[in-house]
Amino acid sequence: MALETTTMKKDPILSVEHLSMRFGGLMAINDFSFEAYRGDITALIGPNGAGKTTVFNCITGFYKPTMGMITMKQKSGKEYLLERLPDFEITKQAKVARTFQNIRMFSGLTVLENLLVAQHNKLMKASGYTFLGLLGFPAYKQASKESIELARHWLERASLVDRADDPAGDLPYGAQRRLEIARAMCTGPELLCLDEPAAGLNPRESLALNELLQGIRGETGTSILLIEHDMSVVMEISDHVVVLEYGQKISDGNPDFVKNDPRVIAAYLGVEDEEVEEVIEEIEEIEGGQGGSKP
Amino acid sequence: MANIASTSASAGSDLTARALREAVFAGLISLGLFVLFVGLKSDQNIRNELVLNQRWGLLSIFVIVAAVGRFLMVAYVQPAMARRKAAKAEADSVVKEETFFKRHFSKIAIVALIFYPPVILALVGVQGSLKWVDNFGVQILIYVMLAWGLNIVVGLAGLLDLGYVAFYAVGAYSYALLSTYFGLSFWILLPVAGILAAFWGMILGFPVLRLRGDYLAIVTLAFGEIIRLVLINWTEVTKGTFGVSGIAKATLFGIKFDASKDGFAAMMGLSMSSAYYKIFLFYLILALALLTAYVTIRLRRMPIGRAWEALREDEIACRSLGINTVTTKLTAFATGAMFGGFAGAFFAVRQGFVSPESFVFLESAVILAIVVLGGMGSLTGIAIAAAVMIGGTEILRELSFLKAIFGPDFTPELYRMLIFGLAMVVVMVWKPRGFVGSREPTAFLRERKAISGSFTKEGHG
Repeated sequence: MALETTTMKKDPILSVEHLSMRFGGLMAINDFSFEAYRGDITALIGPNGAGKTTVFNCITGFYKPTMGMITMKQKSGKEYLLERLPDFEITKQAKVARTFQNIRMFSGLTVLENLLVAQHNKLMKASGYTFLGLLGFPAYKQASKESIELARHWLERASLVDRADDPAGDLPYGAQRRLEIARAMCTGPELLCLDEPAAGLNPRESLALNELLQGIRGETGTSILLIEHDMSVVMEISDHVVVLEYGQKISDGNPDFVKNDPRVIAAYLGVEDEEVEEVIEEIEEIEGGQGGSKP
Repeated sequence: MANIASTSASAGSDLTARALREAVFAGLISLGLFVLFVGLKSDQNIRNELVLNQRWGLLSIFVIVAAVGRFLMVAYVQPAMARRKAAKAEADSVVKEETFFKRHFSKIAIVALIFYPPVILALVGVQGSLKWVDNFGVQILIYVMLAWGLNIVVGLAGLLDLGYVAFYAVGAYSYALLSTYFGLSFWILLPVAGILAAFWGMILGFPVLRLRGDYLAIVTLAFGEIIRLVLINWTEVTKGTFGVSGIAKATLFGIKFDASKDGFAAMMGLSMSSAYYKIFLFYLILALALLTAYVTIRLRRMPIGRAWEALREDEIACRSLGINTVTTKLTAFATGAMFGGFAGAFFAVRQGFVSPESFVFLESAVILAIVVLGGMGSLTGIAIAAAVMIGGTEILRELSFLKAIFGPDFTPELYRMLIFGLAMVVVMVWKPRGFVGSREPTAFLRERKAISGSFTKEGHG
């Protein structure tokens, strides 16, 4: 019911339709569909091995899905079919940026340089694909100054500005997580995909992360899609939660709805053998109640 | 005070006692080890009988050397090393002010190189300068330039290229063939050689884009060999193993370096000598090498240069940031190859003769060794490594006094590779990241801090 109220007024930025991904004999994702709405923080949760990261890799082009369609609709109304674009074009054209579960820093570059690398395409154009820049044209100098200002802005947001000239590999873990988010934001995305941004953070750090993410959304209007295990983060900041188990969607709605969904509870906590019947009945009841609106 | 003095005195006597004890042990162990090897020697006498020669004197020398060595080691060397380490740890906490020489090293080096030929001319005369300008100056600068070119591929982009000499060959043969068949001048063919080499860099780049690490190294190695074998076997064009000879010399604004009336020597009122041509070549290769350095420094501050370094650090992260890794890799290959091509054209004009034998795998290995020894990515380190490696091998030719020690049959050049290898092992133990292991950041907010080599990656192909 909560689900219907949200779908009514929001327009989707990303719609995943009938997505399937097969690795040999393993069906990692099976006919999975969901929508992420513009300006929302959408969380994709599920037990370990449910296929969350695979969905992410399909969205960001690191895997080519076996079946299905992934549509990214930009503010301008332009639509991109992500499953047809090579991975770097997804960031460059479709404006979908991502971070990684195991942090991928350019550890030998400084924090500032990490953010400058993220502005590669913009700077390439400004430097006339290197040739004009090499000859010292002023357009590149200007663009280079602007890119440092943008980097400084995101460093301030991620409270990393004091470490700007240190190698990224020298930062503590929590700061590397924030840097990865700042770096992704420097590409100027409309949709930011975060793969377990709170993994390994202490409670204070994950609180700071919540603020950073909400700040990003509030300030730039960037929609966020995140995979997360830390329920304090998920329930606190997300507007919309999608639950995945064994490659299939088992629940979809606002955090309160998902929290009380018996299928989600069963997926996370497991059920005693005697209770299986009970749970199945309950589930059928819910599905009946939704009037077959769900697949 | 007295307390401290007495404890240090007792520590001193303790140390001496321990050193003596260990010296006796070392002596005993060496006695046990060498008594049969050195103390006794089995030999044949005139009647073909086995006799045992006793060499107690030699044995005692061995034992004494071991014992005294151990004593000195424990009593003096180890404490001194410990003191130095402590002093170094203390000094690290204090911010070091770099000396003037260190800060302006590159500028001083460039000025020194510009004044090198006149100084040599003044010191050893026109004929004597040939060796110092050509064998040392030009030879080292060629390798500096090649290593700086390879540095773009290996040091910045992290793509291990074992066939770099192929581009050198392409450059050399481009000049040699185009100038012999079409009579084009060096100044036209220099850029042409660079462009052709860059083109071959792309051709190599395409098939190896998907390869990484060891696989990439093997394919580039094979590519280098293919170029060489083509040069050997395409005899109609390249004259095979005979090589192309009689390659035209370069001119300075149309002035030829020959004995004719309007040649360089006649115009300047100097007596004819090939030394002037060599000095001209020295400045030419110096300019080419500095061009390579300048372009590398500029490119590092460009988005493409940062993308190369990012590619070395993490390719997947690069793609997630919208960087087209295919074109990034190809530009790295092409840029590196272009400088190899320039160096090749220069090589052809300097030698006046090219043959496939100049472009064997060993050359690639030497260039790569210079890049690794110098510190991947560091221009200064690479220049020093080239001077040490190439200058070192040239100096070995000069050490004829060693014949007096090792006998007239001793030729130091033959020990070149041995010493070369030994030097590499020593440097890698002493400085595993090369002479200059740190990396200069390309942009900064507050202050430019060098990045320790422990953070940078070598790239995985």
